[in-house]
Amino acid sequence: MEKQPSILLNCEQLSVGYVSTSEEKPVVENVNLQLKPGVFTTMVGINGSGKSTLLRSLAGLQKPLAGEIYIDASPLSALRTEEKSKWLSVVLTGQQISKNLSVLELVALGRQPYTNWLGKLSQEDKNHIEQAIEATALEQLRHTACYALSDGQFQRALIARALAQDTPIIMLDEPTTHLDLHHKASIFSLLKNIAHEHNKTILCTTHDIELVLSLCDEMIVIQQNKAQQDTPQNLIESGIFEQLFPNNRIGFDKTSRRFFIK
Amino acid sequence: MGDDSVKEAWTYIILDYRIPKALAAVLTGSGLAVAGLMMQTLFKNPLAGPFVLGISSGASLGVAFFILGGSALGLTAVIAPNSWGTIIAASLGSFAVLSVVILVAARVRDAMALLIIGLMFGSLTSAVVSILAYFSPAEELQRYMFWSFGSLGDISWKALGILSVCYFIGLLLALSITKSLNSLLLGDHYAQTLGVSLQKSRFIILIATSILAGSLTAFVGPIAFVGLAVPHLIRQWFTASNHWVLMPACILGGAVLMLLCDIIAQMPWFAFTLPINAITSLIGAPIVIWLLIRKKKLLF
Repeated sequence: MEKQPSILLNCEQLSVGYVSTSEEKPVVENVNLQLKPGVFTTMVGINGSGKSTLLRSLAGLQKPLAGEIYIDASPLSALRTEEKSKWLSVVLTGQQISKNLSVLELVALGRQPYTNWLGKLSQEDKNHIEQAIEATALEQLRHTACYALSDGQFQRALIARALAQDTPIIMLDEPTTHLDLHHKASIFSLLKNIAHEHNKTILCTTHDIELVLSLCDEMIVIQQNKAQQDTPQNLIESGIFEQLFPNNRIGFDKTSRRFFIK
Repeated sequence: MGDDSVKEAWTYIILDYRIPKALAAVLTGSGLAVAGLMMQTLFKNPLAGPFVLGISSGASLGVAFFILGGSALGLTAVIAPNSWGTIIAASLGSFAVLSVVILVAARVRDAMALLIIGLMFGSLTSAVVSILAYFSPAEELQRYMFWSFGSLGDISWKALGILSVCYFIGLLLALSITKSLNSLLLGDHYAQTLGVSLQKSRFIILIATSILAGSLTAFVGPIAFVGLAVPHLIRQWFTASNHWVLMPACILGGAVLMLLCDIIAQMPWFAFTLPINAITSLIGAPIVIWLLIRKKKLLF
């Protein structure tokens, strides 16, 4: 059996942010992260802390200001777009997606990196698509157009598309926004299962900290331009959640693992 | 049995007038429909099209500079209509406008802003054309005006040959990026993570659309609505988003619609021909309004 590398994606002294009129505006600086196969990692932080910026940079969709990202020890910036597409798939929010697509068409687009120039699906492609649809429980909706889906169903379809892409790394940007508690929990459980059973590296940003504390394996907390990675238990003990929110308005209870309003 | 001279006249009408005209209609309809389809997917905007985004205006501007500009600058115009010069001028014009639109599109993600920019280019074009017209002799102005009405009629076999070359180059480029167009249905970020090089596919779409819209506009004049309406009609008809279905269907649909418009423009049983651009607008505008009312919302 091939030996799995213990670290699939890592970055060293990474700074991410924006460049506006020749001035660099770093959002998160000096980031050192390691993502491993079979590990479900979540990334949390207050609004505007730079979660999405960091995720987009790690996914190669935005140029970092400094530092380098490595996938399987080779620099991300040196990979061609087609090569990247076989390493990494994403689930993003606020994209201009054609809602005319049916669920099946949407999920099938996940196979684009593997098809020829005509985009013809092989039997293997079809198997991956079916597995992705099954994993996200979308069997009944496969021929429904995306404009007819609820928010939660559409989110599941987007996750199915990423699963069909069958990449070792999957990154998701707030996949549970606008969902109710039941659908939030089911998406996080789904991600956990995918990471554990299919040995995928999953990174997911979220605001549902209480929920993911018990579901994820590792957490990245972004606070005051810094990112800290550890297990949920260690992070709780370090007391980082007590000062996560500004103005000392929200406290965190270590035993019940719940936030409370002071 | 008619006598030989009548027969000859008929042969002439069919061979040198009607057949080239029908072929021009087929090329125009299908080419503009394909250009419109690519625009709508690239800009993720259901209202995009060669005419709306100012690309046809760009072509008009190129031609205006070419036909009118020469004399405005005091040079003697030695240009025959339907020459390579008109094509190159029209293609350069549409290429220039489309480049600016793409540059702007990268900055403003707002679909509305893009349409307004397209409209502004339309106004700019007519303003520049007015200025050029002011300094131009009457016969050149007339030539430009006739060109801008649009006509499938006065196209020679030789011109048709030149047009077909441009058409097939544009069409081949369009086919070469059909797979990328499918990925682009998910938006730029998703397309990138599916292995699409945004710069490369944008550039190819830019070139293909400029060649198609530019060369067609050069020969038959600005044709409104075909590029916008046909992709929507096709999407309704086939309920598909896959460009491997949409592309051939748009080629076929555009050709059929343009032939229909041409038959109407020809005014059977009447001795005159209406400007083709007026007919496509008369048919195209109600189609778009009907689609909007029926679907409440147009999707790309």
